[in-house]
Amino acid sequence: MELSPILISMKTASAAIALTFMLGLFVARWIVNMKSEKAKMILDGILTLPMVLPPTVVGFFLLIAFGVNRPIGKFLLDFMGVKIVFSWTATVIAAVVISFPLMYRSARGAFEQVDQSLIMAARTLGMSENRIFWRVIMPLALPGVAAGAILAFARGLGEFGATAMIAGNILNKTRTLPLAIYAEVAAGNMQTAAYYVIVVLVISFIVVVSTNYFTIKGTKYL
Amino acid sequence: MGLLVDIKKKLKGFTLEVAFKTDGDYLGILGASGSGKSMTLKCIAGIETPDEGRIVLDGKVLFDSLKKINLKPQERNIGYLFQSYALFPNMTVEENIGIGLTCHQKEKAQKVSEMITSFHLDGLEKKYPKQLSGGQQQRVALARCIAYSPDVLLLDEPFSALDSHLKDQVQTEVLELLKLYEGEVLMVTHSRDEAYRLCKNLIIIDKGTLVLHGDTKEIFEQPKLLAAARLTGCKNISKCEVLSSNSVHAADWDVVLKTEKRVDSNIKYLGIRAHDFQIARGDELKDENNIIECEVKKIVEDIFEYNIILESGILFKIKKEEWDNRKDKENLFLKVPEDALLLLE
Repeated sequence: MELSPILISMKTASAAIALTFMLGLFVARWIVNMKSEKAKMILDGILTLPMVLPPTVVGFFLLIAFGVNRPIGKFLLDFMGVKIVFSWTATVIAAVVISFPLMYRSARGAFEQVDQSLIMAARTLGMSENRIFWRVIMPLALPGVAAGAILAFARGLGEFGATAMIAGNILNKTRTLPLAIYAEVAAGNMQTAAYYVIVVLVISFIVVVSTNYFTIKGTKYL
Repeated sequence: MGLLVDIKKKLKGFTLEVAFKTDGDYLGILGASGSGKSMTLKCIAGIETPDEGRIVLDGKVLFDSLKKINLKPQERNIGYLFQSYALFPNMTVEENIGIGLTCHQKEKAQKVSEMITSFHLDGLEKKYPKQLSGGQQQRVALARCIAYSPDVLLLDEPFSALDSHLKDQVQTEVLELLKLYEGEVLMVTHSRDEAYRLCKNLIIIDKGTLVLHGDTKEIFEQPKLLAAARLTGCKNISKCEVLSSNSVHAADWDVVLKTEKRVDSNIKYLGIRAHDFQIARGDELKDENNIIECEVKKIVEDIFEYNIILESGILFKIKKEEWDNRKDKENLFLKVPEDALLLLE
C-alpha cells in the first residue's frame, strides 16, 4: 500500500482547514456587520454557491481562473514562477473553495445568535469593536464556529470532484485519499481501497469527537 | 449642566418625540410597553440613532443631527443597566466588573475588589453569571456600570426580571447602592410603584410623545392628562361635561360630581382612584351630589382587600375587614369625596 495519499490528504486537509477557518471567520464577521440587507443577500448567495454547485462545476471555474493561459494563472506563472494547476497547491485551493461556505455559514449563524444586548452593553462599557469581537462574540459563538470547522474539515478531507479537475490524480503529488480510493477501485484493488477507507474513517472520527470534547470543555460557562 | 434631550425618531407605528432636561435628581420615565421609553434611553446611550435632534450631557454634545455629530457609545461615558442585565456569560464576576476599566492592572484589581465589597459580592468573584441568583446578577450588572464612573446612569426596567417577592428587598438595596454613585440617574419603568418609590421627578411617555414632566408626587396627585391618569394607575375614568367651575357631569356613570378643585373648560375626562371611594352612610345619602348607586357585578378577592366591580364599570377597593363586617351588601351607595376627583384634559 502506498502511504503518500495519506500524507498528502493530511497535509491538504490541515492547510485547507487553517485557511478556511480564518477566511470563514473574517468574511462572516464582515457580512454580519454589513448595513445593507440587499448587499448581504447577494454576497451571501455568491459565497454559498460552491456548496450547492456540483464540485466539477467549481473545478471548471477554478481551471478557468488558474489555467496557465488565464489571467490569474498567467500572472502567477509569469511573475512568481508558480504553476497552480496540477500541483499540490491546487488540492488545497480546491478544498478551501469547496469547504469555505460551510465554515462561513456556520460562523455567520453563530455570530448572529449572540445576544445583541451583550454587544450593546459592551459598547456602552467602552470596549472597542475588536475587543468585543474577541472577548464577547467569539467565546459565545464558539460552539457554532467549532461545528462549522468540523464540517469544513470533513468536506475538505473528502473533496474529490474539484480536486480531480484542477489538481489531477498524480501519485505522490496530488493523489489524496478520496482520489486514491477511486483509483484503487478502478484498478480492481478492493483490498487497498479498504485500507484507505479505514484511514479516512478513523481521521474523521477522531476530529469530530475531539472537537466536541474541546467545545464542551471551553464553554462550560454557557 | 445636566442632560438635555430633544430627539425625534420614526418607529414602527408611531414617531418617538421627546424633549426634556434633567436637573440632577432621579428621573423616572413611565410609559406603557412599546411606548418608546426604552428607545429613548438607547438613543441617549448611543446604541440607537435618532433621526433628528440633539443630546447634550454636561455641555458635551453627544448627538446633533444638524452639526452631524454622533458620538459612538464608547465615547459617551454613559452607564446602561440592561433589563436582562447583559452580563457576559463567559466571564467571571470580577472579569465582568473589570471589563470596562481602562486603567492599569493593579489599579483595576483594586477598583474591582472595592466594588465587590460595596456591592456585597464577596466570595462570588470567580463565579460565572449563570451560577448567581437574580438579585446577585443585578448587583454585578450595577457594579459593572458604576465601576467606570459614567456621567449618567441609565436603568432600563431594572426590576422587571426579578421574582415579585424579591422586588421590594432588591429595590431598597439598589436605592442604597445607588448612593455610591454621584452622577445622574434615569430610570425607565412601566411600574407606577417603582416610579413612585424611586424617582423624584417623572416623565410620562404615551405612544412616543412626552405628555408630562414634573414632580412625581404632584403627577400622581393630579395627573392632568388622560394618558397620565391611566399610567399612574387610575382605574375609573369617565368622559365628562363641565357644568360649572366646581362641578361636572360624569357621562359614563350619569352622575353629577362636585369638586373642591377649579374646573377649567378644557376638562374632558375625570378619574377616581379605586381606593378613594367611600361607602356612603345613612345621613350622607340626603346629599344628592357625589353619590353613586351601585349594582355589584363581580367581586375579586385580593390578599388584603376586595376589588368590587360594578355594572357601570366602576372598580373600587375596600378593606376585607370593612366589607366582611358590613351587613347590607345589596343596597350600596358610593360617595366620591370632593378632593378625590382627578380632572383630566
